[in-house]
Formats: sequence, C-alpha cells, structure tokens
Amino acid sequence: MERPDWVPRGIDVDQPSIARVYDCYLGGFHNFAADRALVAEIRKVLPAAPLFARANRTFLTSAVRYCVQAGITQFVDLGSGIPTVGNVHEVARKADPRARVVYVDSDPVAVAHSEAILGEDEQATVIHADLREPKRIQEDPAVHRLIDFDRPVALLMVAVLHFIPDSDDPAGIIGEFAAPLVPGSYLIISHGTDDGPVSAQFTNATNMYRQGVAAVTMRPRDEVAALFGDFELVPPGLTWVAQWRPASEAEDVAVPETLFGAYAGVGRKR
Amino acid sequence: MAAGRLAVARRITLARAWLDALRGTSHVVMSSADLRALLHLLTDRLAEALAAEPFSPAPGYEIGRLLADAGFTEPESLARTVGLLGAGTPDPTDRPEPEARARLAELLGELAAGHTAALRDRILTAQEALIRAALIARNRAESLLHATETRFRTVFAGSAVGIGISDLTGSILDANQALLDMLRHPLEELRQHSIADFVHPDDAAEVSAAYAALVRGERDHFQTDKPLYRGDGTVLWTHVTMSLIPEEPAGTGCVVTMFEDVTDRHLLETRLRYLATHDPLTQLPNRALLHENLNQVFADARPGDRLGICFVDLDGFKVVNDCFGHAVGDRLLVEVAGRLDKSVSTMGHLVARMGGDEFVILVADSTGPDQVIEVAERVLDALLLPMWIDDHELTVSASIGIVERRVAGTDPADMLRAADATLYRAKSDGKGRWALFDPLRNAYEMARYTLSAMMPSALAGGEFFVDYQPVVRLTDGVLAGVDARPRWRHPRQGLLGPDRFVSLAEETGQTATFSRWLLLTACEQAARWQQSYPGMSLFVSVGLSASQSEDPRLVEDVLRILDSTGLDPRRLQLELNRSAARANVEEPSAAVRALSARGVRFAMADFSLSHANLALMRSLPVHTLKIAEAFVQGLCPLEPDPSDLQIVTAIVSLAHGLGLTATADGVETATQAARLVDIGCDAGQGSFLGRPGPPEQVGRLLAMAAPGDSQPSVLPPALA
Repeated sequence: MERPDWVPRGIDVDQPSIARVYDCYLGGFHNFAADRALVAEIRKVLPAAPLFARANRTFLTSAVRYCVQAGITQFVDLGSGIPTVGNVHEVARKADPRARVVYVDSDPVAVAHSEAILGEDEQATVIHADLREPKRIQEDPAVHRLIDFDRPVALLMVAVLHFIPDSDDPAGIIGEFAAPLVPGSYLIISHGTDDGPVSAQFTNATNMYRQGVAAVTMRPRDEVAALFGDFELVPPGLTWVAQWRPASEAEDVAVPETLFGAYAGVGRKR
Repeated sequence: MAAGRLAVARRITLARAWLDALRGTSHVVMSSADLRALLHLLTDRLAEALAAEPFSPAPGYEIGRLLADAGFTEPESLARTVGLLGAGTPDPTDRPEPEARARLAELLGELAAGHTAALRDRILTAQEALIRAALIARNRAESLLHATETRFRTVFAGSAVGIGISDLTGSILDANQALLDMLRHPLEELRQHSIADFVHPDDAAEVSAAYAALVRGERDHFQTDKPLYRGDGTVLWTHVTMSLIPEEPAGTGCVVTMFEDVTDRHLLETRLRYLATHDPLTQLPNRALLHENLNQVFADARPGDRLGICFVDLDGFKVVNDCFGHAVGDRLLVEVAGRLDKSVSTMGHLVARMGGDEFVILVADSTGPDQVIEVAERVLDALLLPMWIDDHELTVSASIGIVERRVAGTDPADMLRAADATLYRAKSDGKGRWALFDPLRNAYEMARYTLSAMMPSALAGGEFFVDYQPVVRLTDGVLAGVDARPRWRHPRQGLLGPDRFVSLAEETGQTATFSRWLLLTACEQAARWQQSYPGMSLFVSVGLSASQSEDPRLVEDVLRILDSTGLDPRRLQLELNRSAARANVEEPSAAVRALSARGVRFAMADFSLSHANLALMRSLPVHTLKIAEAFVQGLCPLEPDPSDLQIVTAIVSLAHGLGLTATADGVETATQAARLVDIGCDAGQGSFLGRPGPPEQVGRLLAMAAPGDSQPSVLPPALA
C-alpha cells in the first residue's frame, strides 16, 4: 500500500536513507549507524562498492565544470542529497562566482541539512519536493527567485533516475522539466545499469541495496540514451561513468576507467 | 647554496611521493594543482619544523589537521602519510641520525594527533548537524501531520454529511455531529451499536454482506440508498457510501461510512411519481397508472386467471358543463370520483380517471361476470343520491360497459376496446345502466361498422342504385309519382335495403354524401322522364334525414341539384322522416319555407298524430301527410282494427282540414285500398299498388299511357 504523504521518508534514522548511504560510500561523516551497517554488509559482498559512488561524484564535478565553461550560471540539482564536500554550488562558483544553484530533494532530513549548510547564501537554495511532480517544482517561488528560465539552465539528474520506476514515466518527467528550458540548456544524467560484465557479487550488492535502502531500476544503454530526449549528447557522448572526460583535473585514481555499473552523459538542448 | 637547492629538490621529490601515496586513499575533490600546492606547503612546513632551533613538534599537529581538513580522512591516508614520512624525511641540516629520527618521530606523533583531532571535530560537527537536521525534519513532519489531522478533524466535525467510523467488525468508534443529529442518538450510546443496527431488518443482511466484502478487500467501496431508523422511530432516507481505510499493521483499519440525507429527494421522487400517475383534479389514478396496472395483471397472470373492466361514462355531463360552467363540472367530477373511490376501492379494485367524464375500474383476479356486475351496480347506486354543488342539486347517472373474461387469449388493448364498445351499447340502450360484453352483439356491431366503412367506396363504385315505387292516386288509380328507394348491391352480402344502411349512414356521419347522391340520382331520373314525357306531371319523392334537414346548406344543395338536372321543382317531394321530426325545428323550417317557395313539396312521413308530428306541422309548410304503415296494416283483415280505422280517418280529415293531401303507406291488399278509398285517402303506395322497381319499370308505365292522358293508370281495371 502506498505510504501516505504525511509520513516522509528518511526521517526514521534507524533506516538507511539514500542520501546518507551515498555519503557513507564517499567517506563522509553525515550518516548514522544504520547507514554504516548497511554499507559494511554491502562491502562484504562487493568491497569495491564505494568506487561507484566516487566515480559518480567525480563525474558530477566534471560535468558542472563543463557547463560553467559553456557559459551556464544557473543550475537545478534534482535529487541533490546531502550537500557535503564538492557540492554543486561550491564547484560552480569556484569557476564562476555568479553561479546560482537550486537543490531539490524529497528527503526531509537532507533538505533540513542543506538548509543549515546554505544558511544565508543568497545564490543557493534548497526546496523540499518530489521530482515526480515537475509542476510543483517549476511553480515554486524559491526556484524563480534564483532561476531565470529565459536563459539557459543546467538540469542535473545525477544518480537519481534509477530510483524512478517505469510506471512513473521518467521520460515524461524529463520532458516536463525540459519543456520550459531555452535552447542552450544542458541535461546532466548518470544512471545505474546492469550492462557490462557484472559479477554475481555486483548483483547481490545491488539487491542488498534494494532491500535495505530503496528500489532501483537498472536500465540498459539504449533506454538511458533515450532519456536525453531532445538533448544532444556532447562528446564523449554516453559513456561509463568513470570514462566521462577522465582527463579532467578531478581524477580519482582509485576508480578504474573500466568501471561499469553506471552510464553518464551531458546533453545540450538544441 | 647548493645544499639549499638540494634541499628544495629533495622537498619537491618528497611532496610528489606524498601525493602519490595519498592518491586514491580518500575521495578528495581537490584539483591536482591544488593538491600539489597543498602538499608542497605541508612538506615545507615539515622541513622547517625539523630544522627549527629550538625544536618543537607542535607544527606537526597543524600539518595533521590540514591534511584532514583537505579531505584526507580515511585511515589509509594517515597510514600512508606516516609510513612515507617515517621512512625518511630528508633533513636539510644533515643532523646526526638518531637526533633527526627522534625529531621526526615527535613530529609525526603530533601529526597523527592533529589529524585525529581534526577528524574527531569533523565527525562530531557532522553528526550534530545531521541530528539537528533529522530533528527539524521530524518536527516539520509532525506539524504537517498535526495540520493534516486538524484538517481532518475540522472536516469530520463540521461536515453536513454524516460520517461514522467503525472498526472491521462494524462496531461504531466515532461519529460526527451531523450523524448524531441524523440518528438522534448521543455518541456514547452509538458506540455500543454497530452500523447495521440502524438499517431496516430487511436491509441488514445486504448491508452486513457488503461491509464484510469491503473489509475483506473484495471491493473498494459500497454505495446504496437506504432508509435509516432513528432513535425516535422516524425514518430518514439516506445515500450511504462506505469505504475501507486499511492501516498498518496489515489486518487493521477502519471503515468510514458517509450518510447523506436524501429524504427530500426521496420525497420529491415519490411526489413526482404520484403526480405522474394520478389525475390532478380527482386524485384518482390516471390513465398511465391504469395501463401500468393492466399490463402488470397480464404479466403476472397465471393460467386460468380472469379479469374484469368497467368503463364508466357519465350521462349528460356535457349538459352540466354547458349549463353551470366548467367550475361546477369539475367539482361534480371530484364528487363522482369520491363516490366511486369509496364504493369501489374498498373492494380492492383500481378506479382510474381516463379523462373527461370517463372512469375505468379494474377488477383483477375476477371470479366471474357476476362479481364485476356487482361492482357496476354499486357504482350506479352510489350515483343515485343527488349531489349538492354550489347550491345546485345535481344528479348524474352513468353508463357502464363491462367486460369480464379469462386473461389468456386477450390483451389489454382488446379488453379496452371491448369495454368501450359495450359502453356504447349501454348508452344506446338508454343510459343509466350497465351492459355486459356480448360477443354476438359485438360481432354484429363489428359487422355494421365494417359495412359503414365500406359505404363511401361503395357509393363511388356504383354499388348503390335507386328503385322507384309507384305512388298511386286512389280515386282513379293514376300514377301520381314515385318514391325513390335506395338499394345497395353489396358484393358479399347481396342486396341490402335502406333499413340496413340508412340509419347506419346517419350514425356514422356519412349521411351527407349518401343523401346528396340519392337526391341527385332521383332528380336526374325524374328530369329524364320529364323530358321524355313532357305531358306527364310525375313527382319523385326522396326521404330527408334529420342531419340533412338540419344542414344549413340543404337549400343550396337542393337548388343546385334542381338546376343541374333541370328538374321542375314542383316535381320534387322531400319527405321528412321520424328523426327529422325529433330534431330542432329552427333550421328545417327556414329551409323548408325557402324551398317551398320555389315549388318543392314536403311530406311528413310515418305520420302518427304524435306530439312531435303535430308540433312540427305548426312550423313546417308540408303538403302531404304519409300515414304510418302500422295503422294501414290494421285495415287489412276482414274486421279492420277499430282504433287504426279511427286513426287513419282522423289523419285524413286532419290533412284535408289543413288543405293537405294524405297518402297511405303499406297498401298491400285490395281490401286496404278499398277501405282507404272509402275513408277518402288521396293516394297510396304499397306492394298491391306496385312494387319498387328499376326506372325502366316506371318508364314502361309511362309509355303505356294512352295519348292525351296526363298520367298512366296503374291499377288493375277491376278496381278503377
């Protein structure tokens, strides 16, 4: 049965949450015992589990830097999680001080945490919303305070679309978000996949994650590519997450280029 | 200075080695350039600290902190650092080994301490922030929940729709004010009951079954309209909607039932149905309801079932309306309806007003004609007593057509038709009575109707023709005129005389067409004779019906026919028959006078000294009185009937006294003829004097006339 709306996810600190488990993978301290316990269990099965998170994080940084270089100063990060070290507004502002960021997450603890971190920052804000309701987000005054939709925007959906099942029509959701964006806007996506030489341990680890944290819908390459819709992939196109511009400055040597498990790409709206 | 450069070179090498050692140990987001810069800094600090005089290990602490703050928080990062640096950090001053190593060890100790301290601070800060965020989130959720609950409470309490919350067994847990008001029970009392207690026992099973299905998850919700029984015994009509709210853990939950008061709607629907099925004036069931009931009787009938229908039609109701106005007429109908209702409804039969002054009584499951006749008698009795309406004492009677038969073999339309036909018979039999459907009579009437329906095409098709019967002057046996007698050669029924169709034509309103044809045909024939035998002054006699004599166009029609045929008006005699005599005298007298002035002659047929006859004579200028056959009959036997003799004599002297002629009808024997001559009757017709025959027969008589005679003689010479 569907969980009623007024009991939000993530509040139960005895249950692992997506945001805290991700932080744990990255070696952060913004997590509780339940999160750490699950990560420990997963690492028993798949010791390299944290690498996937780290590769993803590196891609995020690279993609944001790429967009700033392309002239983007407005970012919307859907499913932003806990904004710890190397978050979007820090990375973007380092390259362009004018950068403005709207973080969106449905986890009320992550949102409260983000609010505390962002404090009085006038160029960054966080809103509590489910990305499955594009209209609500698009109509939120907080978004409009920072984002001018008449100018290009970079929309981030990093490591979030695999939490949206087919029944929620992810392509449709992307379409709704993309509709008001002007040409020259960017769409940044990384997405979990079963493609590649997955081992039994990989599958087990994924299932443990599904049972302990949240349901995951892995998608094959063509489906992930299709999610870009009208956004034309910039070079190197859709690649393994660790291979997207590996020559960038933010390299994490622990992560092998051949690491599969997720696709990554950046698309530009024509 | 070479030593200085060497030292620098060694530091750069160390920094690079340190970077290599650290790479991948922690997930750090610094760019390579920044990382290199950092490690150069740290390496320099380390070297300075090693060479410092006096020596202090304190800077090592700071180095450790900076390393942690840069993001190198994994144990691996510290391990590699200590391992690398501990293996031999180049000492720019080339100090003796043991001292150098001691200094390094102390520095590394401080480094580790600083790293750990920084880590501890970071962890504590992070955890505190996270916990605070969790608390904030929780508070927000609770506020939201509280707001939602408040919202729910407000809706629940304030809703005009009655809402009841019951557990999965049906016991009432909670009810809002609206429901308490509806049921007129206090809440505490309600809690001891289950939902099913408030529906009618007949409905309880259905409601309980639906409730159970709901709880089992077999259906989403359940809607129905049910009467609800209040504490005080009154009933409330409600539209009920039940929904299941499952809760966790599985198997718990509650049912929410909403009760919407639809009593008004229900009453309205009931009222509308009533209005649609009842006559607004008398409040009796109307024709729609009668048909419904009648159809139902047929639908539900078992073999052998019988039913009866009475068609009740008030006699002379039109007169009441015309004399006293429609308001009185309406009140009369209401009074009649009331009496019918009282006398018949108590027997369980349906009384309906069909419209106007017509009522129908349906006797379902009848036991035989007697039962239905009894009903009809009761109706007639009920109407015997006069009614007082607006100071008028009015009495009405009714004619009733009764049909009673088995249900099998008939249908509603057939029943109603039969009843209607039977009613008509009751009316024509004299009104104020009932008549029972008679299949033979019905067949007879059907036959007559069929016959009348065929008349128009028969007329057009030439099935009708005219025979002519001689009218003879009794004194000298001369042919005075002819009586036109219509006949119908019916293709199936053979030759039909006027008795079969003349009154039929009158009843079915076809007289005009028929009469005009008769008049035209007779005049045309007479005109032909006139032309062929100009010396003869023969008249032709044609009967006029009542409706003809009342027709304002009579004069016009007759004159037109006379014109078109060219017949001398003095050769036409129009006979006014009995029904004409009964009619209103105004129109006929004016027409008669007008035609008379043109020369047309008038005879009063079937004359019998009745009041009507005599009255009519006062206003109509007739020329001849035709004595009724009945009286002439009495002159036939050896001993004539004295009264008939008297009457005939009286009529003849009356006629002569008024300057009219007398003609006798039905002269069949020589004796009658002789006696009539004695009495002084002027003319006669009958089988003795000549049977009706085709025009040729008359033609022959005319041809036989001796030249110079104005009229041929028809009587056998013996009598002349």
